[in-house]
Amino acid sequence: MSQDLTKNTKVSSQSSKIRTEEMILNMGPQHPSTHGVLRLELGLEGEIVTKVIPHIGYLHRCFEKHCEAMTYPQVVPYTDRMDYLASMGNEFGYAVAMEKLLGIEVPQRVEYIRVIMAELQRIASHLVALGTYGADIGAFTPFLFCFIDREKILHLFEITCGARLLYNYIWVGGLSHDIHPDFVRKTREFIKEFRPNLKEINDLLTHNRIFIDRTANVGVLPIETAINFGVSGPNLRGSGMKWDIRRDDPYSVYSKLDFDIPVGKGTYGTTGDSWDRYFVRVLEMEESCKIIEQALDQLPEGDVTSAIPKRIKPNVGHVYGRVENPRGELGYFIVSDGSTSPYRVKVRPPSFVTLQIMDEICKGYMVADVVTILGSLDIVLGEIDR
Amino acid sequence: MREYFGNIFTALSTIFVGMKITFKHMFVPAVTIQYPEVKPELPERERNRLYVNIDDCIGCDQCSRACPVSCISIETTKAIPGEDLGKTSNGKKKALWVTNFTIDFAKCCYCQLCVFPCPTECIYMTDVYEFAEYKRENLLYDFVNLTHDERQQKRDNLAKFNAEKEAEKLKAASEPKPEIKKDQPEEK
Amino acid sequence: MMYDFFVDLFGSSTLAGIISGLIQAFLPLFTFILPFALFAVWLERKVSAHMQDRLGPMRVGWHGWKQTIADILKLIQKEDIVAKDNDKLLFNIAPVLTFAGSYAAFAAIPFSGYFIGTELDLGVFYIVAVTGLVVAGILMAGWASNNKYSLLGSMRSVAQIVSYEIPTMLVLLSLVMISGTMSLHTLSEMQTGYIWNWFILGGPGFTLSKFLLIPLMFTGFLIIYISTLAEVNRTPFDIPEAESELVSGYHTEYSGMKFAMFFLAEYANMFAVSAIVAAVFFGGYQSPFGYLGNLVGAEWLIPVEQFFWFTAKGLFFVFVQMWLRWTLPRLRVDQLMTTSWKYLIPIAFVNLILIGLITLL
Repeated sequence: MSQDLTKNTKVSSQSSKIRTEEMILNMGPQHPSTHGVLRLELGLEGEIVTKVIPHIGYLHRCFEKHCEAMTYPQVVPYTDRMDYLASMGNEFGYAVAMEKLLGIEVPQRVEYIRVIMAELQRIASHLVALGTYGADIGAFTPFLFCFIDREKILHLFEITCGARLLYNYIWVGGLSHDIHPDFVRKTREFIKEFRPNLKEINDLLTHNRIFIDRTANVGVLPIETAINFGVSGPNLRGSGMKWDIRRDDPYSVYSKLDFDIPVGKGTYGTTGDSWDRYFVRVLEMEESCKIIEQALDQLPEGDVTSAIPKRIKPNVGHVYGRVENPRGELGYFIVSDGSTSPYRVKVRPPSFVTLQIMDEICKGYMVADVVTILGSLDIVLGEIDR
Repeated sequence: MREYFGNIFTALSTIFVGMKITFKHMFVPAVTIQYPEVKPELPERERNRLYVNIDDCIGCDQCSRACPVSCISIETTKAIPGEDLGKTSNGKKKALWVTNFTIDFAKCCYCQLCVFPCPTECIYMTDVYEFAEYKRENLLYDFVNLTHDERQQKRDNLAKFNAEKEAEKLKAASEPKPEIKKDQPEEK
Repeated sequence: MMYDFFVDLFGSSTLAGIISGLIQAFLPLFTFILPFALFAVWLERKVSAHMQDRLGPMRVGWHGWKQTIADILKLIQKEDIVAKDNDKLLFNIAPVLTFAGSYAAFAAIPFSGYFIGTELDLGVFYIVAVTGLVVAGILMAGWASNNKYSLLGSMRSVAQIVSYEIPTMLVLLSLVMISGTMSLHTLSEMQTGYIWNWFILGGPGFTLSKFLLIPLMFTGFLIIYISTLAEVNRTPFDIPEAESELVSGYHTEYSGMKFAMFFLAEYANMFAVSAIVAAVFFGGYQSPFGYLGNLVGAEWLIPVEQFFWFTAKGLFFVFVQMWLRWTLPRLRVDQLMTTSWKYLIPIAFVNLILIGLITLL
């Protein structure tokens, strides 16, 4: 595919009196803001953007087709690889959907550990989002501070299941290993170190005047538009709507845990601008810390592998299970035909829906703002293309 | 007017706050380690290259079936009666010759699904991660330590044994059957 | 001295003139600017690394001090790509012009009491004028690249440099009003004595005007520091060179040694403007507390010490420039222009007027 960044000028002489020229600018498949391989076709009038057409599919790996040939437990490593920055969330979603289909109940210990892992993963994913957003804007240092904290979380995952990024840990019916004996102590240490670091990142980036000038009032997403498009996650909460699947359609043990849902309030500009979406993610990290502490306190004893079925052969039927991933609502629609291999696994990724609103919210801004808006939406091409 | 001076003030103050943080970080010791000289300490459950202890393998094929990317290929040959293959380390008696056990590490996704079903725990993940090769074929690891001739010999043995059995069956079928006397009571 | 030596050697005064002129032109280049640029690149990488809790280059030499030399060697042996439709003459001249603009400014900067390139009476004026060559070089680079992105990037860069020259000039003008001279050498000489004679603290002498000037001098220093940051295209004003229109601005099409010249020019420029700020506000080559040479009685030690103080001050301001780069995000183009025209220039004007009033006292 062509990677050249030359512009074409299209002259349309439909209306005979006025000659309009619209420039098409290609933000090619590889671009400096690292969100994956995405091609954005921008229609420009001078400096102002008139339309944005995203072209996706560069990272398509036939996940859904593969699932039709795998047995149910073998699908779990594939789900990891969709949204590679939030693997625990993907596995969690699959487990929730399958347990609904099979009708099995998992031990409480398993539920609590799953919640702890999902929330740690949420912090790690948001750290990447913040770091890369700062790097897009031009502040290179917070990126590295975020990654230092992320390394500590990846170390926690490594001592539990042996892998840093693609875990294969949350299985249907339980977990692959019990947590390591040092895990609880190290997690508590991490949270103690993380809170001052979060404050430092806030001082350095979030309240910096230049950062605010770059992100406030840019890419405003009105709340009705967000609901109409089906946006979920921090993007929806940044526009002011208090909707979180952990609170409104609870799964696992979230109903027993006490946490707040941060929404955007338009502190420095309009409600629903890029700064609000960014700040919602910062506040969510703090909430995740609270959840982890409560879950560690309430962690019961038990056996994590007792409920894992020997052979997974569900009855004929279908199920839709959803979880709150760091990027929004991740849904799995699984159709079973009674055999050991699913008939169809359809995934509803949050970033796919979020990418659609680019056209709506980029109109009227300058080209440099497109990068800002794309960064604030926090998409991952792995789950858009699957 | 007030907003004008407010802007200047917030700009300068947030810039100074930021500068103070980065200055403080200059004196924090670096978190990087100098890789080839200093290697990171890996935890005990680390998932890197697989290893198969072929003396313990009973050829059950469970690991190959569990693998999501089909990177393990196993070929076994039944042992002819009279051959003693020995026992595995946890006391099971082996009944199959494993003539081919290859793992293609170019395909392996390090998911660990093959480790759990193994009844003798002969396949497990080690912490070796520095095994890059220049040619893709070199990543095809063969774990069987019989030579090519020995493997062929096992297959030939089985083929010969089977052929002999077939020949005996044919001979037994072509012989006349003995008469059953009708007035003898049937014995239980 | 050098001239007489060559006249004795060759017997012809024109030849001696040419040779000594050439040596005088190249000596500061090779003994000061090039080593400084190499050092500055290494310093930037180490400073940025330590601010980000990492190590930076560590392998090539002790803590990587030879890394820049390795990079320059790599750049020298790269293929020099000139596209077919580029305007060859302009394309080739542009980096040279950019470098020449920043290099020529070094002629009027007093390195120490005894070593100054040229004793210009119009030092300040000359410097501001000659850094305008950089603008021409950048425009040429953007145009000759035959690439719409480069052109836009270079036009933005030109707009940025031109708009930020105005506050610089206004502040320098206010300083000329106080001191009555445009020569940088004389400005540095006026700040002899100790640290309280420096212009940042009001200037020599103990009059009422000195104390009234202190807040105005601080404001002037801040304004000139910010404007010179913008003139050398450093963050937060680095729209021209970092991802402007998603590519690298006016030096996208350059490869190999020409690219290295742009970078050398940037670091040389950084030192030049730091040196100007140090010379004007912070006493140039004067030491803040007496000279060791005077104490010990060795007169020859004084120029060496002055050189040391001058380089130290210049390096400190270069360090602050690097510090700012790694702390702050980038400003968008229209915000850049707003800062200059709506904030810096009015304040600089008010500064100028107030300083003028105070000098009447």
